[in-house]
Amino acid sequence: MRIIALIKRILLQIVRDKRTLALLFIAPLLVLTLMNLVFNGETVDPVLGIENSSEQTIDMLKDADINVKEYNNVSDVENAIHKNNLDGFLQIHDEDQRLTLLNDDPGVSKSLEMKVKSVLNKEVQLQMMSGKNALKEKPNSQDSVETSYVYGSSDTEFFDTFSPILVGFFVFFFVFLISGIGLLNERTTGTLERLLATPIKRGEIIAAYLIGYGLLALLQTILVVVYSINVLDLTIVGSVWNVILINVVVALVALSLGMLLSTFASSEFQMVQFIPLVIVPQIFFSGIFSIDGMAGWLQFIAKLMPFYYAADALKGVMYKGFNFSDISGDLYILLAFAAVFIVLNLFALKRYRKL
Amino acid sequence: MEHTVSIQGVSKSYGKHVVLEDIDFSSEAGQIYGLIGPSGAGKTTIVKMIVGMDVPEKGTVFLLNKKMPNLDILQQIGYMAQSDALYSALTGKENLQFFASLYKLNKAERAERIEYTSKLVNLTSELNKKVSNYSGGMKRRLSLAIALIQNPKVLILDEPTVGIDPQLRVSIWNELLRLKNEEDKTIIVTTHVMDEAEKCDHISMVREGSIIANGTPSQLKEQYSVETLDGVFLHAGGEMK
Repeated sequence: MRIIALIKRILLQIVRDKRTLALLFIAPLLVLTLMNLVFNGETVDPVLGIENSSEQTIDMLKDADINVKEYNNVSDVENAIHKNNLDGFLQIHDEDQRLTLLNDDPGVSKSLEMKVKSVLNKEVQLQMMSGKNALKEKPNSQDSVETSYVYGSSDTEFFDTFSPILVGFFVFFFVFLISGIGLLNERTTGTLERLLATPIKRGEIIAAYLIGYGLLALLQTILVVVYSINVLDLTIVGSVWNVILINVVVALVALSLGMLLSTFASSEFQMVQFIPLVIVPQIFFSGIFSIDGMAGWLQFIAKLMPFYYAADALKGVMYKGFNFSDISGDLYILLAFAAVFIVLNLFALKRYRKL
Repeated sequence: MEHTVSIQGVSKSYGKHVVLEDIDFSSEAGQIYGLIGPSGAGKTTIVKMIVGMDVPEKGTVFLLNKKMPNLDILQQIGYMAQSDALYSALTGKENLQFFASLYKLNKAERAERIEYTSKLVNLTSELNKKVSNYSGGMKRRLSLAIALIQNPKVLILDEPTVGIDPQLRVSIWNELLRLKNEEDKTIIVTTHVMDEAEKCDHISMVREGSIIANGTPSQLKEQYSVETLDGVFLHAGGEMK
């Protein structure tokens, strides 16, 4: 009964606060859309300047999606690259081949270098083969490797593996912030103290906060998932219900953590100061960067981050098509985190009333 | 007669700082008790012990013969904190409804108490306004209405008239007197305004964590042979040093 009254009050307060509502429900959609547009932008073919090359080489380079421009008698390669907006310059003097790369974007340079090298290798092989067996015209030996994918396909974009993490992160971040500031406001305005002068139990306050903000998180999750599937055309390989389930558990962790940390903040600004301390490290260990490549002790820290498990489960369901039993381990660990935070919250409230 | 509130030998300190030292206090139904003293004397700490939000290091606090802290007894305590603890995004009515639903009241009782208390503090016509649009005095009145919402036997008001204009102060005090006389409530008020202290049936002077004087206003004036309570305050304080 008291819990219901408290939940009603929490929801009413949020509904009255239009900006917070917008932050909860519109901001995630905005960021997701932007991310989608940014990451799925068309890739531009690199521009390569070339000197002293055979027609055959140029054709093969063009086949490899390189925009080739021919030049003659270039003395200053660097200057030519700058003047003509090139990504690289290839000079061929008989056996001596020199590739100069602009390298303002390492990604572009790497791919250009790889393409050029593979073309030149192919050419060498082709010459050797034509020497041995002039009848064989097409060099198909190089293209004979057939590639298949365990997860996703050759069309998989970075955003496909990134978006599951993003969906969970929104829930984690916004719920953490809003519940933490909600309870903090209750502390600073004295209403928490006033509340504890009524026969309400400490557990009832925490339960009401979890349920009230949990409902908001559920709505947010549904909105984000529906939007991702229908508008952004994101494919969710596994079950949508599992995605929602994971996010509700994530919300539970974020809620209890936000409430707990609000105990150590004396103003909204101090609550915001927890973002670089608590939220940002979670992103580093969420799987966006390869965790296997990290130092041993860093990998250990990763395992202490609740969001590590959330991201693992979400990526599992949304990208790899995991079912419930595959992610249950992650869910149990997340629930354990939530349980610990909730118990700590019960103790933290003792500061205001011993009973 | 039975004591509604009874504080026995209570001491409390935060670290080395002694906040309360050996406080004894008791109250009976149908009386107004004033806790008088300068800011930082320990009045609010006493109030918080009565409400059960703070526990004494030594000694015990009894409310209606139950040892505090006790959750069930909180049903019988109306508490008005020093600062207005209100939800400013909600209307006055929603605030009252929320607090009413935290107590054991059925639906009809709740509606009746909301109507009664809001009429009492003269807020009936303002109930549908958001609290963020209330004036300081209106907030104070709403806080008082919330303290009365569950019809408690004991009312504990921490500086109820701070920041309230004289006219409203008079009307609040008239209401307190009526509650005492007609409904037999025990009312404990902290204040540092001496003319309010005059209206109490019984006064306890609090200074530096101790109760330094006790009695009716006239008893105290007689004891220190002064004309006003201000004089008592100064004399009693001077004696300590």
